[in-house]
Amino acid sequence: MVVDKPSEADLDRLFQAFADRTRRDILTRALNAEYSVSELAAHYAMSFAAVQKHVAVLERASLVTKEKRGREQIVRVQVEALRRARRLLDEYEKVWRDRADRIADILTEGMKGQPK
Amino acid sequence: MTVINTSKDPAALTLTIEAEFDAEVERVWQIWEDPRQLERWWGPPTWPATFYSHDFVPGGKAGYYMTGPEGEKAGGWWKFTVIQAPTRLEFEDGFADEEGKPQDEMGATRAIVSLEDLGGRTRMTIVSFFESAEQLEQMVAMGMEEGMREAAGQIDAIIAEPART
Repeated sequence: MVVDKPSEADLDRLFQAFADRTRRDILTRALNAEYSVSELAAHYAMSFAAVQKHVAVLERASLVTKEKRGREQIVRVQVEALRRARRLLDEYEKVWRDRADRIADILTEGMKGQPK
Repeated sequence: MTVINTSKDPAALTLTIEAEFDAEVERVWQIWEDPRQLERWWGPPTWPATFYSHDFVPGGKAGYYMTGPEGEKAGGWWKFTVIQAPTRLEFEDGFADEEGKPQDEMGATRAIVSLEDLGGRTRMTIVSFFESAEQLEQMVAMGMEEGMREAAGQIDAIIAEPART
């Protein structure tokens, strides 16, 4: 699903997903290599069920998806999230373009009355 | 054309902007050094920034808020980590509530500003680093007129959150 403007509820889920160190760690691992839920669980001092819950939170925030492979569930980072990052960077670029224009105006103002 | 080049890395969440100005390096440095000049360009025109503190030394902090058309406020803080006048400035930029209290759960973005002399003109390069897409989203909202109202509301919601649980 492509959502141009995330809703308040989307943002709440995202902030919640990022608020936990284990979940951030799971995301980082899954970005760099392919992990099943049970492989991920082996990395943490907590139960399989607890890790599964963390993955579920990431899933609800649309940050990862689970893909069934045999008896394993492979955790995949959503490429859509990266696309979203690109779109946000485009918008932030616009913020800086506007700032640069305002800076240029201030600098030009200082030149008034000065010989060229 | 003021901005001459930009580059983005969505995986690392960084943005690099290069702009050129028709002024000497020392003059361009002032738009960062002087809070009265800084507040004229940091916020969008309808959400002007007010810097109520601006301790422009390495390790020094700055506090600001932006005021909307109906008096709404969105706050932020800076921490200057590197200041090498007049060519290099590094700072962290985070969110704050209306009283200026930093909202640490939102984390901080980092910016590196370099000024280069082009024989009387100046090239300013700004590299921005973000910790998460959410943080980037918030910074975008706070930099834009149309996003400000929403950003102010979101920060309020986040601040209110711990009280609910």
